[in-house]
Amino acid sequence: MRTKKSIGKKILSANEEYALKNKQFLAEHKKLCLNMISSPGSGKTTILHRTISDLKDKIRIGVIEGDIQTDLDAEKIRKTGAPAIQINTNGACHLSAAQISTALKQLPLDDLDLIFIENVGNLVCPSAFQLGETGKIVVLSVPEGDDKPIKYPAIFARAKVLLINKIDMLQSGGQSDFDIERAKHDVHKLNKTIEIFPISAKTGDGMIDWYDWLAKSVRSIFS
Amino acid sequence: MHETMIAQSLLAAISEEAAKQNAKPINAKISCGVLNAINDEILCFAFEAIAKDTPCEGMKLQIEHKAMQGQCKKCNQSFDIEFSHPRCLKCGSEDFELLPDAPLLLEEIEFSTGHLTVGTD
Repeated sequence: MRTKKSIGKKILSANEEYALKNKQFLAEHKKLCLNMISSPGSGKTTILHRTISDLKDKIRIGVIEGDIQTDLDAEKIRKTGAPAIQINTNGACHLSAAQISTALKQLPLDDLDLIFIENVGNLVCPSAFQLGETGKIVVLSVPEGDDKPIKYPAIFARAKVLLINKIDMLQSGGQSDFDIERAKHDVHKLNKTIEIFPISAKTGDGMIDWYDWLAKSVRSIFS
Repeated sequence: MHETMIAQSLLAAISEEAAKQNAKPINAKISCGVLNAINDEILCFAFEAIAKDTPCEGMKLQIEHKAMQGQCKKCNQSFDIEFSHPRCLKCGSEDFELLPDAPLLLEEIEFSTGHLTVGTD
């Protein structure tokens, strides 16, 4: 004989509980926390390095770095003088809220306004794990191609900001056929409120608009 | 690849319920949203591998994917979002708000109660 039983239980509830606690913790401490998600090699660390260096006197930034192996990225960030905590996921393709909870307590929070989480390079899995962040920043770089928003719509639909990085590769001789307007159009169809900033973390092109958005967002946490 | 972690949570939830019911689970229905980014084949494979030598061994998973939903700002209709052309399915407007994504849920377990095989190996 067979019987069916309705359950209705959330499966990742343990992660969600941690995410909720992180969210409350960040709200109590009035910290902005941005979860950066992209494919490997899109330039997340370079963007952070430049952002921290350029905003040094304006916004106090700390970083939680997620990688499968090594603390290379945290070391790069520390060279700017900013505190960085490295999490090694040892094979896992995403960060979890419990890992963020531990890392948040290791950062000198009283000296920070903004915490970036650099997620493991992966455009798919990290979207399944809420971390308690204030918002998601998705990075898409020119060599990846302008079709990524329609191929991986979920993450583009939920992000607060899209940074289109490596626009220096679009300039003459760059040989790229990436169409920024196409990417913007495809993302806006799904996500009406997303801010899109084409940038080059290498040359600094376009970074000023991104910095203005960050400054405005940090202010809004205190208001 | 995160399916392995999901399979572990799923196994724990089903095992707990099976112990309560003192019955062997044979099928489970789960549902998920787009952001859960679940590949059915990988989840089933991972579940099969970790369920070996547990009361859940041999179980079948049925996975329902729920579409991302929008709510039209013109006519208020809620609708499934078609990623290739996101628009209200009632009035055709492209002005809509995204609704929260469906969570990952263990919806239902089917037990075999005719012959209790749990722990009677």
